[in-house]
Amino acid sequence: MTIDNAESEGQGVAAEAEAVIAQPGKEPRHIWRMVAIWLVLSAVLDPLFYILVGPHVPPGTMTSAAKDNQFDFNILLVAALPVFLAVWVYLAYSAVMWRASRKGAPEPVGGAQARTHLGLQVGWIVTTTVIVLGLFAFGTVEVITKAGSGGGEGPNPIWTPTSATILPVQVIAQQWKFTYRYPTFGGFETQDLVLPNNTTIAFHVTSLDVIHGFWAYQLSIKADANPQQDDVAYATTRQTGSVTVRCEELCGLWHGAMFNYGKVVSKAAFVAWAKSTPTPSSCRPLPTRTCPTQTAPMAGTTPTTWIPIATQRSTGPSRRHRDTDHLWIPVHQSC
Amino acid sequence: MTVTAERETEVVYPHPTPPVLGGFQGLPQRPGWLSQHLGTAAIGAVLGYLLGHWLGNVVASGYTNIADSGVNAVAITGGLLLGVFGWLLGIGALNYPLAKMVGLETRPDYESTSWTRYLRYTVDHKVVGLQYVIGVLAFLFTGGLLAMGIRTELLSPSSHLFGPGTYIAIVSEHGTIMMMMATSVIVGPLGNWLVPLMIGARRTAFPRVEAFSFWIFTAGYLVILSALFYGGFPTGWTGYAPLQTQAGGGMMSYLVGFAVIGIGMMAAGFNLAVTIINYRAPGMTWSRIPIFVWSILATCALLTLATPTLVAAGFFGILDHTAQTAFFVTEHGGSSFLWENLFWFFGHPEVYIMALPGFGIVFEILPVFTRKPLFAYKVAAAGMVGVALLSFFVWQHHLFQSGINPDMRPLFMLTTELISIPTGFIYLVGLGTLYKAKIKFEVPMLFALALFFNFLIGGITGVFLSDVPVNVTVHGSFFVLAHFHYTIMGGLIFAFFGGLYYWLPKMTGKTMNKKLGQIHFWIMFIFFNLTFFPMFLIGLLGQPRRVFEYAQNLQALNDFSSVSAFILGASFLVFVANFVWSIFIKPTPAPANPWDSLGLEWQTPTPVPYYNFERIPVVLSDPYHYSEENAPAVADLGEEGVLVAAGASSPASVAEEPRPAAE
Repeated sequence: MTIDNAESEGQGVAAEAEAVIAQPGKEPRHIWRMVAIWLVLSAVLDPLFYILVGPHVPPGTMTSAAKDNQFDFNILLVAALPVFLAVWVYLAYSAVMWRASRKGAPEPVGGAQARTHLGLQVGWIVTTTVIVLGLFAFGTVEVITKAGSGGGEGPNPIWTPTSATILPVQVIAQQWKFTYRYPTFGGFETQDLVLPNNTTIAFHVTSLDVIHGFWAYQLSIKADANPQQDDVAYATTRQTGSVTVRCEELCGLWHGAMFNYGKVVSKAAFVAWAKSTPTPSSCRPLPTRTCPTQTAPMAGTTPTTWIPIATQRSTGPSRRHRDTDHLWIPVHQSC
Repeated sequence: MTVTAERETEVVYPHPTPPVLGGFQGLPQRPGWLSQHLGTAAIGAVLGYLLGHWLGNVVASGYTNIADSGVNAVAITGGLLLGVFGWLLGIGALNYPLAKMVGLETRPDYESTSWTRYLRYTVDHKVVGLQYVIGVLAFLFTGGLLAMGIRTELLSPSSHLFGPGTYIAIVSEHGTIMMMMATSVIVGPLGNWLVPLMIGARRTAFPRVEAFSFWIFTAGYLVILSALFYGGFPTGWTGYAPLQTQAGGGMMSYLVGFAVIGIGMMAAGFNLAVTIINYRAPGMTWSRIPIFVWSILATCALLTLATPTLVAAGFFGILDHTAQTAFFVTEHGGSSFLWENLFWFFGHPEVYIMALPGFGIVFEILPVFTRKPLFAYKVAAAGMVGVALLSFFVWQHHLFQSGINPDMRPLFMLTTELISIPTGFIYLVGLGTLYKAKIKFEVPMLFALALFFNFLIGGITGVFLSDVPVNVTVHGSFFVLAHFHYTIMGGLIFAFFGGLYYWLPKMTGKTMNKKLGQIHFWIMFIFFNLTFFPMFLIGLLGQPRRVFEYAQNLQALNDFSSVSAFILGASFLVFVANFVWSIFIKPTPAPANPWDSLGLEWQTPTPVPYYNFERIPVVLSDPYHYSEENAPAVADLGEEGVLVAAGASSPASVAEEPRPAAE
């Protein structure tokens, strides 16, 4: 079909381009155009994001888990951004270039060539599968090598940190507050989560009533608190700063108000604070069960009551504590 | 090409006599007030409720599962269950089975042609479809009103409009009503209305089951609304134990409501699946059925197979509250994990029940407004079946941080990431159909394109959530909320409205106003994105779900989201205005095939007669032969001629003389 060239001269570049499109034999290479636009956008936006926004992505860098999860998020976004752009560029291009209202729009061509294109279909399936499996491999490696990435691993964690000293902190959730108990410091309980810097912490999260969710935002720890169950999550603190703890599992009336605060301080400051916080004498401990200690105590602590820590997975017959050993963790009542 | 299929010998009943229905001997159906209709259903429900409540008090007098609360869960459960039974008795859904049980002869009901048949138990699938339209819109607007309440509360982090109990009841009610609505939002109205027409049948396989599914759907709506009268329930739509066990009377509405709606879901799914498998017109092989029918078939597989888990879980919950069992109570030997796993084993296929019909609608709309065949039809069908199959294997991704065995996590990360491959097929097919097309931006097409935009964001953020380390950051936060609103609302609800604008001219015989449709679309699309995109940031910045207090520095984002939400809510009023104006106040009759579609459903006169087709068509090819030189005939419509797509961009034409079978 022909187009009136005189008519198109009076208009802008777009009309000329469309005139070119309309002429037989001068079909522009749509796919190459779209690929070019997409390549340019991706090449600009991806590094821009990674360099400018990446370091500020939640949850920050206060712990090793936080830093790793920030890195994981950034990698995923760098991978996802080109996918977004590809579809958006295509949608925008097709809405502009192939709309029915443009002058001299050619008729679409139906038939077998419009119904199927084996190369495209196979290529698409292969590409998406490769991307997906790549993301899966990445995620698995990250969760295994980074001691569970701050997620609660249940009572028998299999991805444990490699450091020799681990500070156990028990998080006791109830309707509607979190209480923190330090078993290696006499088992005192407090509502301030104070933690030492440059230490690997094992959070043992449990609940006294319904399911809560312990979410220490800056520490990048998230573990559901289940009644009569221990949920273990690991992180290694790397920077000092303040911590917000919120409940992230709906637990009833005051779920929205179930939050408190904490901080990461230097090791010396932590030990000083811990030793000066007394265990109220009016508290009665519930019946305790002690297990053989697995790791050395942190310097300056008194190993009075220990929470058993699961062993790392070994090639031999795996030694794991039974769930019941963790179930009834000593807790002070009437405080 | 040869016509290989044989003509079907005459159909189930001669036209135009309506089918034989169940008529209880002693209660003849007759026109007017003295018959069974919505009013008698309401009476039945009230009487049933009173009887059940009284029985419950007799059986378990003085029983309260929470000490000193004065709430007798047995009485409430009894009331709700017998209320539902009374509702069904009142509408006449149980007439036929009861008559058969007692040995009475059933006889044809009075076949109403007046508008009142929409208020009755009517077995015409087109009536059921339109009843569902009103039903799902009622659910949608109730849930939407509750959403406006939520966004109002979240305008300020520290001053509160509602008390915490009221707020949590609103949040839970909003979620549950919307999920119940979204499950049936396309299968109910459009699935029931369209599937028999699209496959060239006169009815569904089980018309009584179909009508029953609608009336039990409405009963479920009333049951879940009753929660508000009992003070609501505090668990959110996920209903986690042991908070569930701790909760009061409203919890029974949730548990009974889910059980009731679940039965309706199974009935509807079962009926449509059997219809699609058995009632296809001659010549309609599996590679010729419209893609929407494929999506409904995949959805029905999920409806039939996944819902029983929910109903069972609901029963366990009811027993825990009434019979003092301890299925979900850890202290007495049960496990809160049992509820979590049962619920999510249903819950994940549930969200694909919501996604798949949306895809099907979009694939019906795209070829018509691009005047091109659907690209890679087989890949589209494979994608839907693949999604349906894989959806059973991913449920633990909701439980990554719940304390499940850590070994499970990479496995479920893998399956969840894998499910994005068949979902990607949907994009291949959609984008391929747009290639070098001639796109007409009618209102249904706008909604279809919006699905591609929204679902991309929703789907990719789903991949973020499936990555276990990133899940630690975003689980339980507003990021999850934004993700599922983008997929369910941005995908399914947009597709639903696109489908309504597309098919309402056929369903009602009236044209919807185009200008109002465009206004509705643009306001809805822009403000939907402005409402939910900030929620990704809110979640990343640390706000958990279902809270009424949040960090002060997030107020600006929350306010932006809330104001956009109010305008989004207002856009639905534009739709209601259009609907009421175009159908009731100033109707314009619609032509039989306003969009020039090749689908079988458009080859009927408007309004569609009771028996659908004068003569069952013989199908010769799939309905996507747009813009094709020498396109094959789509279907032989008998005396009306042969349906053929006449070349590029021309309207589908029906030849005057039936063409002889050619080779």
